[in-house]
Amino acid sequence: MTLTLGHFLSLGAMLFALSVIGIFLNRKNLIVLLMAIELMLLAVNTNFVAFSYYLGDMHGQIFVFFILTVAAAESAIGLAILVLLFRNRSSINVDELNMLKG
Amino acid sequence: MDVKTGLFYFFSIVLLIAAFRVITARNPVHAVLYLVLAFFQAAALWLLLKAEFLAIALVLVYVGAVMVLFLFVVMMLDIEVDSARQGFWKHFPLAAVVGVLIALEMAAVLMGGFRVNEEPHATAALGKAAVELSNTKELGKLLYTQYLYPLEIAAAILLVAMVAAIAIALRERKDSKHISPTTQVRVKAKDRMTVLKMASTQVAPLDGAAAPTAENKA
Repeated sequence: MTLTLGHFLSLGAMLFALSVIGIFLNRKNLIVLLMAIELMLLAVNTNFVAFSYYLGDMHGQIFVFFILTVAAAESAIGLAILVLLFRNRSSINVDELNMLKG
Repeated sequence: MDVKTGLFYFFSIVLLIAAFRVITARNPVHAVLYLVLAFFQAAALWLLLKAEFLAIALVLVYVGAVMVLFLFVVMMLDIEVDSARQGFWKHFPLAAVVGVLIALEMAAVLMGGFRVNEEPHATAALGKAAVELSNTKELGKLLYTQYLYPLEIAAAILLVAMVAAIAIALRERKDSKHISPTTQVRVKAKDRMTVLKMASTQVAPLDGAAAPTAENKA
């Protein structure tokens, strides 16, 4: 039994599903939500790399490179906003963030 | 079942366990450390897929920079774990249904639909010249020719993100007595000293009514 593309794609799907569950569960902790988003990006990147390998196309890896760049920027800004939020509200509970009354 | 398949299953299982611990860990610091483990396993899986540069970049950039940033923030914030855990398992049934549905559907489609396993395909598509090039060199050739413009945009995004993160989190201390250099440079000589016209001699106040008028004139 050799490895197929389906193995890697299934692994990506399971990882993605786990992080979706994590977003459902951690409704009170914003920082774990950010970590679940990082896990989702990891699952998607694994899919890209697997496709790139099995289809013999380097462009998938280039795309992963750019996703890593944007994800690093996203987490830096997200954590900065989180720190500012905690400084103002002393809480990172998502349920209490209703200042905008949306 | 060859060595590569065994390695794949080992790394996958550790990755999934680490991911599960990330989302269920009681202490956020433990969650970050399990996330580091998950990233290491993913890097190992990418090495199996012959994406060496990206695997090492994942370890260096993600584990080395982003996860350390996460760790700093988690340790800086004082999170009450107990109130955050309240009602933690309330949404679990819905979450489990959604998650299992996603995993099963995708696995059913993917395992049936993508039985691509001929590895020589990779080298055949890239041509014979690509065979002796390393993964990093191939990536670099594409990145600095075809994708040069997106690369510049990515660099600009990183710069903007850095400036934005600093600007958001910067805090002016209200109790410090520092002098702002910009206002210090802009000051004129006449702002430094003001000359008040005063009478050289003042009449000593005789009674309560005379004193305020004399001071008003000065």
